[in-house]
Amino acid sequence: MTIYAANKPQLPAAITSGQALLEVHDIAVVYDDAMQAISDVSLRVPAGTITSLVGANGAGKTTTLRAISNLLIALRGRVTAGRICFDGQDVARLRPSQLVRQGLVQVLEGRHCFPHLTVEENLLTGATARGSTPRESREDLQRVYRIFPRLRERRSSRSGLTSGGEQQMVAIGRALMTRPRLLILDEPSMGLAPLVVRDIFEVLRALNAKEGLSILIAEQNSTLALRYADHIVVVENGRDVLAGSAKDIRENHNLERFYLGEAALTLADPDTKIDPSGSAGISTHGE
Amino acid sequence: MTSLSTVRQQVLAGIDSHLVRRLAGPLLILLAAYGIVPLVADQYVIESLLLPFLSLSLAAVGLNLLTGSAGQLSLGTAAFMAVGAYGAYNVVLRLPWVPMLLAFVLGGIAAAAIGIVFGLPSLRLRGFYLAVSTLAAQFFVQWVFTKFSWFSNDNTSGVITAPQLRAFGLVFSEPTARYLFCLTVVMLLGLAAERLLATTTGKHFIAIRDNELAARIIGVPVLKTKITAFALSSFIIGVAGALWAFAYIRTVEPHGFNLDRSFQILFIIIIGGLGSIRGSFLGAAFIVVLPLVLSRLGSAIFGGIFDSGVVEMCQRMIIGVLIILFLILEPDGLAAVGRRLGPTLRRLLWRQ
Repeated sequence: MTIYAANKPQLPAAITSGQALLEVHDIAVVYDDAMQAISDVSLRVPAGTITSLVGANGAGKTTTLRAISNLLIALRGRVTAGRICFDGQDVARLRPSQLVRQGLVQVLEGRHCFPHLTVEENLLTGATARGSTPRESREDLQRVYRIFPRLRERRSSRSGLTSGGEQQMVAIGRALMTRPRLLILDEPSMGLAPLVVRDIFEVLRALNAKEGLSILIAEQNSTLALRYADHIVVVENGRDVLAGSAKDIRENHNLERFYLGEAALTLADPDTKIDPSGSAGISTHGE
Repeated sequence: MTSLSTVRQQVLAGIDSHLVRRLAGPLLILLAAYGIVPLVADQYVIESLLLPFLSLSLAAVGLNLLTGSAGQLSLGTAAFMAVGAYGAYNVVLRLPWVPMLLAFVLGGIAAAAIGIVFGLPSLRLRGFYLAVSTLAAQFFVQWVFTKFSWFSNDNTSGVITAPQLRAFGLVFSEPTARYLFCLTVVMLLGLAAERLLATTTGKHFIAIRDNELAARIIGVPVLKTKITAFALSSFIIGVAGALWAFAYIRTVEPHGFNLDRSFQILFIIIIGGLGSIRGSFLGAAFIVVLPLVLSRLGSAIFGGIFDSGVVEMCQRMIIGVLIILFLILEPDGLAAVGRRLGPTLRRLLWRQ
């Protein structure tokens, strides 16, 4: 694997030019001063794009995202090398609550709601954390309810009593209440039915297309990542081993099969075929 | 337009009757507490049931904010009560011109300050580890009040005798008067705590308890919220300690605020219902009243047959078994039972 890591293809000029909204430069992360979780990860999220961080379990996706949100201190970890810049600012100097006010918000892996608060109260924590005025909070609530009509129906239910899909919507809606510029999601598809996953990714794509929201998604399911993302970064064993536009990576079969494992793409899903136009992602029969 | 206004009237009427229904229970309880209890209750009932019940309820309300709502386990409750009691005592003693109610507030503020200091480890520690660090408050405070006789006006064993309760130019020395004084303070602080839970700060408490990482990442100021929880909780517990000292036992020693007391208040909120203000009162009633009832029953039935020590031990065992049974059958505490019975009772009442 390391041979390929050394031969990491360079990013196309179109992606590297100019400063990206989020830039992660060669970071290394150690937990408990002993366990090396990431040894060398770089990635960038240009404004207005969907970037996906792809890799197997334990590759370092979650750790990378937690480093970006400056959450590692709470988890007894720390960044030992490299630098993370959000909108030109060093993330290490900002508390998570300050990052939220700057427009960087993350949806954690595994639907982290506040189960004893109602759906609406959950959403409102996002507004108060941002410091929204009551008027802004009301507007944002309506916006989230337009995006996820299910949540309007369940607004006064305790979120702990809602379904897994609804909880994921609550977590995403709560993040949207902070009016983010960069939305980070850690495995939003985990444990959800395929239809729910598709709905959620369609919502993300619409937010990106209509409002220019920049999105970074860690995703184990590479088919999903390739279908919805503009750029892909592959991590393996704590290193980024491949980066490029989704189109490039789709077309480079050998690399896909090598890095994304046996289950990925064409092998597991023979019905999948590549859209010749390249821009709309992979289309499958039945869609 | 007419249909709209009729709709509005219906809605308003709906709200009204809903409000009336919701407020009926609490109003009845208040009426009973202020109007009927003082007429009916004799000195024994007030001195050995109602006053400890009220003081412990208030302490439980305070601990419930911290442990029940904000999820920070504390074993230092009795220490914060002691700080409130000795704080208020010293203000009254050394600054005689300060009104006694203000002295209570200052005692509460002293407790809040100590609460903040011993709450700081909560920024790093959780659960049992935090409980151990609040245990330090428990031993430290008790040691200070025993060791430094300045706090107890140079009484070598740390015992203080609280002066008479005075407020608004009145002296509350009769049991009934002390009961009414206590009731008012407890009611006001209880309402304040209930209101607090409806505010953003209250929601942040619950968010941190439910999922600290998610709270942190969505931008809830975790540090500030935890410190606020320790401060407000300790303030209320401190005032409860002052009530305990001034209205209930009146001669206080540091040993009275030992670890047993902390556990007692923790059990009150567990039995009453974590995170529920109402549960704090129900739990306190359970813990204060049940032993007395059992003791009366025990001595009445078995008093002639068994040694009183044996009866005493049996009571403890029965209480223990009851607590275990209760927690298995109703893990959400007495407040959950109340929630379920409430609507049924209301329906029965309103149909007639």
